[in-house]
Amino acid sequence: MKSDDPVTRYALRLGDDALILGHRLSEWMSRAPFLEEDIALGNVALDFIGRARLFYQYAAERVGGGVTEDTFAYTRDVREFTNLLLCELPRGDFAFTLCRQFLYDAFSLPFTEALAGSADSRLAAIGAKAVKESRYHLRRSRDWIVRLGDGTEESHRRCQQALDELWIYTGEMFETDQLIDELVALGVAVDTAELRRCWIETVSETLRAATLTPPTATADVSGGRRGIHTDDLGFLLAELQFMQRAYPGLQW
Amino acid sequence: MDKRVALVPGEQTFQARIDAEEKIEPKDWMPEKYRQNLIRQISQHAHSEVIGEQPEGNWITRAPSLERKAILMAKVQDEAGHGLYLYAATETLGITREELIDRLHTGASKYASIFNYPSLTWADIGAIGWLVDSAAIVNQVSLQNTSYGPYARAMVRICKEESFHQRQGYNIMMTLMNGSQVQRDMAQDALDRWWWPSLMMFGPHDGESAHSAQSMKWKIKRRSNDDLRQQFVDQAVQQAEAIGLVVPDPDLQWDDARGHYDFGAIDWEEFERVISGNGPCNRQRLAHHKRAHREGAWVREAMAVHEAKQRLSNEDVA
Ligand SMILES: [Fe+2]
Ligand SMILES: [Fe+2]
Repeated sequence: MKSDDPVTRYALRLGDDALILGHRLSEWMSRAPFLEEDIALGNVALDFIGRARLFYQYAAERVGGGVTEDTFAYTRDVREFTNLLLCELPRGDFAFTLCRQFLYDAFSLPFTEALAGSADSRLAAIGAKAVKESRYHLRRSRDWIVRLGDGTEESHRRCQQALDELWIYTGEMFETDQLIDELVALGVAVDTAELRRCWIETVSETLRAATLTPPTATADVSGGRRGIHTDDLGFLLAELQFMQRAYPGLQW
Repeated sequence: MDKRVALVPGEQTFQARIDAEEKIEPKDWMPEKYRQNLIRQISQHAHSEVIGEQPEGNWITRAPSLERKAILMAKVQDEAGHGLYLYAATETLGITREELIDRLHTGASKYASIFNYPSLTWADIGAIGWLVDSAAIVNQVSLQNTSYGPYARAMVRICKEESFHQRQGYNIMMTLMNGSQVQRDMAQDALDRWWWPSLMMFGPHDGESAHSAQSMKWKIKRRSNDDLRQQFVDQAVQQAEAIGLVVPDPDLQWDDARGHYDFGAIDWEEFERVISGNGPCNRQRLAHHKRAHREGAWVREAMAVHEAKQRLSNEDVA
């Protein structure tokens, strides 16, 4: 399902981020620390799956020829997925999941706000819809970081460890490449490099409130946008795509 | 008589209120056995909603389309919400959620036995939504009139959401029956496995039900097990036939005189085996819940400690 159309490729990146992150969140159903969190994590997961569908539906319309949202989710292999590595890392413990979520939400809110101003009206509409959800997501994950950071010794330790592990994957959110440059010039894509400062402010303020130490690692690991993933994505897709692979071409 | 000195009403007055269809509220006097009976029934119901997240949750990450995935997620989330309403209703009877979960873990408290069966194929998600939620609806609609106020109100809220659950399950089955032979076989196989356990959900026959008579008198239960089961069968048989599924019961036939379907004998040995802990997934269901609870302990503790810190610093400011 390769496409050379820049807007389609861009929509797929954003759809992949949402699908893969939503998948990881959905793994928590029936496994959360208490019942209210089963529901809350499910809510956020549902928002991301919904967001993925909107991006994929738009991409499918642009590609045409019987391609649907499900074609993208269920029939592409690892190399064709272009999500951020941050989104695909295994869920880990509750601290890891919430730290990942917070680091992503702190990016996602300014990102969706900016996307709402895209010159592409469909992307702008998806962005506008996502802003409200993102605001709620960020409030929620920020609260959790403060609670866990400034909770018990154990929760502080787990949170700090998760943060340190995740840090090297955050730089990828702000990377640009030829596709982004081209679409930024047209006013279609969000210039993520410009969001970095806002992200750092949110993160620093939150870590301070949570009595957590900002990680010092400066190295960045990236590759997701080029289809170079961690080993974990293949296993995620094996589960996600099981039905469509075992029984191809059927309606469900 | 001084109205402020309320007489402690005895069992007779209590029964008179029940007979007059008055709702009993948490602060009202009630016989200890009524309270215990309610705690047993509502918490069992709550645990069922929560354990029920597992067989269906199993398929969230494997759902065959994004639309089905989103619908299933919303459904499982609803069930978790039902668990929440029902724990809250049980807590009004003077027991904490922690104690209730503890009873679940020790086996002192039960949950619906049907969730001890595995969800092996995607069609099972259809069968569960269609049959298990149908059975739940039949039962829960009757409980909207239960005598305990908080329980009755929880049932009203829950019933509003259940019809969507039933429809999504039946829609999965219908789609499969309109699909390829492989899909039709998958649907029939799921019905074959879920039919009898669904009938067992209504519990033993009226004559053999341990708690039935007293529960009916106190209007904790409003309709008998057999009565509810019959309604379920009458509905489900027609729905099965409408999409070409065959109900796995050779004795099933319409009885003109009764105006109901007659159906075959239920295998009560199987029922006993599963309820006493030896169904295909009893151990896994409980182990899964215990594990999630254990692994979440540090989170719950952190939350409590953080709240206490907040309270303290708020007091400092004040
Ligand atoms: Fe329910
Ligand atoms: Fe339900």
